[in-house]
Formats: sequence, C-alpha cells, structure tokens
Amino acid sequence: MAPITLKNVTKVYGDGFHAVDDVSLEIADGEFVILVGPSGCGKSTLLRMIVGLEDITSGELVIGDDVVNDQAPRNRNLAMVFQNYALYPHLTVYENIAFPLRLAKVDNQKVDEQVRKAADVLELGEHLDRKPANLSGGQRQRVAMGRAIVRDAKAFLFDEPLSNLDAKLRGQMRTEISRLQKRLGITTVYVTHDQVEAMTLGDRVAVLRHGHLQQVASPRELYEQPVNLFVAGFIGSPPMNFIPASVADGVATTPFGDAKLPTELADMVGNRESVVIGARPEHFEDASLVDEEAQQQGLLFPATVDVLEWLGNEQYAYVPYDADASMTEQLSELDRELDGEAMRTQLVVSLDASSHITEGEETQLWLDLRRIHVFDPESGDNLTLRELDESRGSSPREAAEHATA
Amino acid sequence: MSASIRERIWWYLAAAAVLVYALFPVAWIVSLSFKEGADIGNRQFLPTQWGWGNYQAAFDSGLFIPALRNSLGISIIATAVAVLLSTFAAYGIARLDFPGKKIILSTALAVAIFPVISIVTPLFNVWRSIGLFDTWLGLIIPYMALTLPISIWVLSAFFRQIPWEMEQAAQVDGATTWQAFRKVIVPLAWPGVATTAIIAFFIAWNDFIFGISLTSTERARPVPAALASFTGASQFEQPTGAISAAAVIVTIPVIVLVLLFQRQIVAGLTNGAVKG
Repeated sequence: MAPITLKNVTKVYGDGFHAVDDVSLEIADGEFVILVGPSGCGKSTLLRMIVGLEDITSGELVIGDDVVNDQAPRNRNLAMVFQNYALYPHLTVYENIAFPLRLAKVDNQKVDEQVRKAADVLELGEHLDRKPANLSGGQRQRVAMGRAIVRDAKAFLFDEPLSNLDAKLRGQMRTEISRLQKRLGITTVYVTHDQVEAMTLGDRVAVLRHGHLQQVASPRELYEQPVNLFVAGFIGSPPMNFIPASVADGVATTPFGDAKLPTELADMVGNRESVVIGARPEHFEDASLVDEEAQQQGLLFPATVDVLEWLGNEQYAYVPYDADASMTEQLSELDRELDGEAMRTQLVVSLDASSHITEGEETQLWLDLRRIHVFDPESGDNLTLRELDESRGSSPREAAEHATA
Repeated sequence: MSASIRERIWWYLAAAAVLVYALFPVAWIVSLSFKEGADIGNRQFLPTQWGWGNYQAAFDSGLFIPALRNSLGISIIATAVAVLLSTFAAYGIARLDFPGKKIILSTALAVAIFPVISIVTPLFNVWRSIGLFDTWLGLIIPYMALTLPISIWVLSAFFRQIPWEMEQAAQVDGATTWQAFRKVIVPLAWPGVATTAIIAFFIAWNDFIFGISLTSTERARPVPAALASFTGASQFEQPTGAISAAAVIVTIPVIVLVLLFQRQIVAGLTNGAVKG
C-alpha cells in the first residue's frame, strides 16, 4: 500500500496529440480515487501511465517514495483489472489467480494458501478448476479481481471493470468492489465513464476533459459545487439544466421570467449581459406543493409539461422552451462533448411523486433560487462557488472519520 | 424441409465426387503395393492375391531405410528450427512497429512464391564448392528457406489475434517480456504453432527437387528422391510394386500427424480470454 502522486504528468503522442495535459493529483494511502470523463478525455491513458503500459512524456509519477517514471510495469508492484478482464484462457481459475505468485516464485504451499484465501473472499471456491471460457461475465470479473488481490500490491487499478456487465450485475459488482476496497484498505484508482459509478464508489472523483483535470473533489462537492459548466453537466442524472439569462441589478432575466437573485448570489455575479443559470432537476418543484414562505425564495413560472415520467418515488417532467439561438448553439456543443444529443432546449424537472400535474396542461412550477449556480458562458466558470457545508460530510469515509474524531 | 433434404443430398454427392477424385490415386497405389509379381499387370483394381512382398522388398532394398532416416531427421530438424525462428520473427512483426516491417513481410512472400527450380542449379554449384553437397545441412538450409516465409505469415496472423491485453496483464502481474511471451503468448498461439509445424514438416517431407539435386548417396538422400532410384528384382522387372509400398509408408507419418494435430488446428483456444 502506498500513496500515488502525479506531478504535471503529460502524455503527448507521436502525432502531437496531447492525451493527458499537465495533470497533478495526489492520491493518499488507502484512498479510492475515480478518474471520470467522457470517452477520449485521457482517463484510461492516465491509468495506463500509472501502471506503466504507457510512457510518461513529461512530469513525474511517484508511488510510495520512489519516482517510477522509468520503471517497467512488473517492478511497480501494482495490480490492474482490465476492461475485458484479460484472463489467461489456457489456465484454470486457480492458476489464473496464482499467476502473479508463480512469477514471484512463491512456494507451492504459500500459493495454495493465498489463492484459496482470495477465492474465499470472492466466492470462487467451487470454480477453481474451471477454465475462464466456462465462466459467466460476473465470475470472470471476480477472477480478474482475484488475480489482483492475491498478491500484496501497492495499489489497485481498475480500467472500466464493469462496462461489460449487464445492469443488474454491474450494481452488485459495484457494491462488491466498494466492500473489498474498504476491507483491504488499499489505494485504488478506478477509471470509468459512468458517473453513477464515480459518485457511489469514490472517496474523491477527478473529472477529466480533453486531458485536463477539471475538478478533484468528493462526490458531494462535485454535485453541489461544480467548478464549471462541464463538471456541472457531466455529474448528475438527469443532467443539470442550463438556462440562458442576463443579470442586471440582482435580477436575472430568463425565458421563464425575471428572477430576483438572493443577495449572496447577486453580489458574486454582478451585472452581466449573458450568463448560464444551472439548476438541477430537483431544484424545481410543483408550485402547489411549496409553502408560501419558500415560494418567496424562488421563481414561480407558468409551464406546460410535455412528457411526464412517473418513477414511483418521484417523477420527471419535460418542459420545452425557446432560447436565444447563439446561446443554444453553445449549450448544444457542450452537450455533444458530454456524449449527449439534445434535440431541443428543454427543462428536466423532478417533481414530488404526489404532484398531480398532467401532460399538456399549463401549470405553475417553482425554482429554488437559493440553490442555483450561475456560470460565465465564455469561460464556463462557476461564478457562484460557495463553501460546502462540511458538517454534512463530503464522503462516507470522511463522515466516519468525523464521527470517530 | 424437403428443399433442405434435397440440398443435403446434393452436398453429399458433391463431397463424394471430390473424395473419389482426390483419393482414387491413393487407393490405387495402396492396391498396387499389395500386388505381387505378375499381378501388377492383371488389369484389375484389386490384387488377385494379397501379400506383403513389396513392403519386404522395399525394406530389403538397402535404399529405403537410410532414406527414411534421412527424411525424418532432415524434416524434423528443419521444422523445429523454422518454427522456433518464425515464432520469434512473427511475434516481433505482430507486436512491434519498426521500419522495414512491410519489406520483411513482402520479401518473405516473394521468397515463398519464387520458383524452386530456378535456384537449384546455382545452389548445386555453391554446395559442391563449400562442401554442403550430399549432407543433411545442405538440405536443411534450403528447406528452411521454403518453410520460414510461410511459417512467419501463418504465425504472425495468429499472434495478431491474441489481445494485447493478455500480455500487458502478464507484465503488470510481474512478468518480464520473455516470461509473458513464454507463459502466455506461446500457449495461446499453440494452435498456430502446431499448424505452422505441420505445414513446415510437409514442405520438407514432400520435397523432391532439392532432394534429388543436392544429394547423390544414401548419406543424405530423402525418401522422395530415393524412390526414383529403386530397381526391380532383375534387370527386366519394373520396381512398381516396391515403389508403391514405399510411397504408402511415407504417406503414413503425414496422415498420423494430421490426425494428431487436427484438434489443435481447429481449436479456438482464445475463447473466453476476453469478454466473449
């Protein structure tokens, strides 16, 4: 077990493409860090640089106390789970798990002991004599993890390990990985493009875009205080709504009417010709379900719900609206980058399950202005970053540490 | 349903036609090898009296056993060396990007399609002047020139199918490049190696031109060439029966090899290596 430190790590390919650009990141001993971003953001390249399968163009990679830039993968003592598992098809499950130990010339008795221990943890005991070809996807995944945990590696690296599993299994394996990591307390770097995995697994999440690190923070902080439009749009499902607006004297003019911003926000934004207001679906509510006092803190506006998705515990309402053309273009570009493809400008609104709004009917919606963000459309920066309320705890682990302290 | 039955009948008929066309000469040679004495001219497919006399004659001739030893030795050595070298070469070609890779591959192909007969005469002269004429090595070298290109092509195709990740996983698990190659890549490429070995062995085993041109005595003469120098029991008797018997004998290792390795050739060992 060891901390991993990246200092200004850069990867430039032969054709001059900067896959990873000046990334600095400190991963503490025992920490679970997620690298997340849309496809092509350099997250896998970064992971492969840590494990040693890609050369580092410039910058420094430190594992434990050693600079390992020029060390071969086998000398770094890291364990990696590949996206397609990369099991050895000619070996049994037992020998697959034992492979790293055999290479290290561990004696047979010790190998047997270690393999059975790992197999117990992963409940692979009854499959040890089978070949990988005869296993299900989830079992193969567990064998790949067994190969990683069987030896005393300094850190675990996961490269989208769940992307080949079906949805149900993915959920189970996610919990399994989380439990395993907590139990072993080993430094872990996990690459995924799935923001649900990122939010649920990590102590901290690093969001990458075009090889640049955007924000490294706890899942809660990423969700509540995204530093820019990209992070705001990437984290959260359904995604944050981006509403074009202009602000003058603390009043925001939006397609849904004029909204008086809370003083704190108004001070931070100042007067601006064009801004983007970011509002999560749950920042909206059916106005009839909001009490009088809260209504004062928000923006009430009439809207016609186009499509309604009832999920039991909540419902999503889709409200189309018209926005200024130039702004729409900019937002749809961002959307493309986030692997989305919105056909029209619309609000996605999360309503309480008890709301009786029906499709096609005009109704009153309410937006909580205390919780919105205001972004600069040019730079994408969040103009309204606030201190996260630390007492609520930013991750389960930190919360636990607070509790014990 | 009826259409599919009719289709199947046609398939069987076509297969039978091909089999008869391909195997009839072989059956004829087998039948010939069991005909004794004057029976060879009996104008029938089957011998009137079956006997092992021709086999006896072949082994007794004094030509056949040394030739068989030469053939086996030369073919096995040529195959082993060719497979070993081509495994390394093909791995390099499949895995590494180096200048001149295309040239190596196309040169290998050019060598493979080069007409053998055109190099026999120069080789004969060179071999005589440097003392390789009528030696095992004198045949092994040209056989490797024939087998290496095809082996490299077949094996590099196999290596390309093996996912890169297998090897990377091995390296992360603590293997050196050589260990990864030996413990992961070669076992995975085993069907390819077996296929290549068989092809290489057949090329060497079946060769006639080099065998007859670059040897003169039983020191190095392989079976195909030795068959041509069989003589009958007397000056007036054709050695047809003995030649047939010897031909049957040299066909047996080929058949045995194919039967043994059939499974390896067909097996898709990489199943389950990746997500699948």
